[in-house]
Amino acid sequence: MSRTPLRLRVEPITCHAHGICRELLPELIRLDEWGYPVLDDHPVPAALLAPARVAVRSCPSLALRLDRMA
Amino acid sequence: MDIVSATAGDATTTTPYRMRLLAGWADTGTTAGLAEHHRRYAPLPPAAFAGRGGPARLIGLVESSGLRGRGGGGFPTARKLAAVAAGRGPRTVVANGCEGDPAGAKDRVLMELAPHLVIDGILLAAHAVGAAEAVLCVHEDSSAIPVLAAALRERGATRTPIRIVEVTRRYVASEETALVSVLDRGDARPRGRFPRPTERGVRSRPTLVDNVETLAHLALIARYGDAWFRAAGTDDSPGTTLVTVGGAVNDPGVYEIELGLPIGAILQVAGGPLVPVQAVLLGGLGGTWLGPEFVRTPLSHAGCRTAGAALGIAAVIALPAAACGIAETARVLRFLADESAGQCGPCMFGLPAIADDMDELALMPDHAGRVAARLRSRLAVIPGRGACAHPDGAVRLAASALHVFADDVAGHAEGGPCRWVGQPSWMPVPAPAGRRR
Ligand SMILES: Cc1cc2nc3c(=O)[nH]c(=O)nc-3n(C[C@H](O)[C@H](O)[C@H](O)COP(=O)(O)O)c2cc1C
Ligand code: SF4
Repeated sequence: MSRTPLRLRVEPITCHAHGICRELLPELIRLDEWGYPVLDDHPVPAALLAPARVAVRSCPSLALRLDRMA
Repeated sequence: MDIVSATAGDATTTTPYRMRLLAGWADTGTTAGLAEHHRRYAPLPPAAFAGRGGPARLIGLVESSGLRGRGGGGFPTARKLAAVAAGRGPRTVVANGCEGDPAGAKDRVLMELAPHLVIDGILLAAHAVGAAEAVLCVHEDSSAIPVLAAALRERGATRTPIRIVEVTRRYVASEETALVSVLDRGDARPRGRFPRPTERGVRSRPTLVDNVETLAHLALIARYGDAWFRAAGTDDSPGTTLVTVGGAVNDPGVYEIELGLPIGAILQVAGGPLVPVQAVLLGGLGGTWLGPEFVRTPLSHAGCRTAGAALGIAAVIALPAAACGIAETARVLRFLADESAGQCGPCMFGLPAIADDMDELALMPDHAGRVAARLRSRLAVIPGRGACAHPDGAVRLAASALHVFADDVAGHAEGGPCRWVGQPSWMPVPAPAGRRR
């Protein structure tokens, strides 16, 4: 696996507030009062990479991504 | 807002460079046709940017001129030109003449008075980036359309064909990715911040989207050079700019001023305040309120940033002392909420929520403390989470209102409802039609 830091991103137009990402990754994702995920800009810690990948795969709208940090 | 004058009442500026884009308007007061355009500015120097190195020379000149975009973001124009020029495949130039913000009238005035300057700018930009086609986007039913169409007819066949496209009159329809989407599929909604149009724009090809005023400055830089351009303005914001002055001034309208002129002096250029002014809204509806310190705040990118504001579209609206900044802000927020494209959760739910909060602050004083706290927490969570910057502008406006009108918020919490509620608004937005809860 590469060591490039990865960061979670959400595509705002595609996201429909299913909230599944929050259930799978409460450590990194909280929801705003309207049910949309609020993400921070920090790299995903190594220990959480596996659940982060599961969350990305499980988004019904395919709105969640893991991006390389510039 | 219809009064248009380019004559400064007071000699507040210091160099002979005040009138560049609007030069000659004071003499004739009408649209400059091609002959008049050539008399004012001389024809474009055709040899200067010909040949293999021509486009790169032109981009280099724009870079050393320091020209920054006049569409709201202030992005360095040369960087965008270079990015598109370096792209592959057929490229497109899109001139943004929509002016979706009702606080602005400068693009319409520019296009109506000096259409050939805008056309020159489009042709030069197309030459610089190697574009084979150019589109001039204007709001549907704009009074500038017949003027532009006549100017294009007068030109005959241009080196790069230019077509006028009418865009639906919605606030977010003129955001750059929305324009690309209009041209590709007729859907005037923003598409997301990445990739940028410079990489992937019209037909997925590199596309330059520039404001029409930016392009008009480009047409003058190509003629008179970078040093001439920098002789007006400041280091960080060179040149002149068109400003739209509205609200409580004697002669609201569009003026050309040197960047760096203090906002107090800009109000003087517009005939001076009609009544005592407590604050100005700067930069457009998604802009920033500035309290009395506006008088000395220079209208430049750095000057506005230092004051905690953003230059935006260089619109200034003067708010009288006898008016409620909270109620006025609530109106504008309602307008911005109604203008959301309704695609992104934080925008389609967040903007109506903060508009409701601001309404409550003005109308239901007994809850003011609790409502202000809820509003602050919402303002912290919304920015940066839309596909375009529309919600960020609304948040900027609301946050600056809480700051500049903090005494009013506190006053509302203690006393009765706002004294000025029910008065006609000073803001250029339609009256909310019974939407209050
Ligand atoms: C909601 C929204 C509306 C916008 N409307 C306009 C507009 O009406 N005219 C304009 O020139 N730029 C507008 N912009 C900015 C454009 O996206 C783009 O940055 C600009 O046209 C680039 O030109 P410039 O580099 O010459 O400033 C808008 C941006 C946003 C987020
Ligand atoms: S942020 Fe708002 S205006 Fe911008 S694309 Fe999303 S919903 Fe539309």
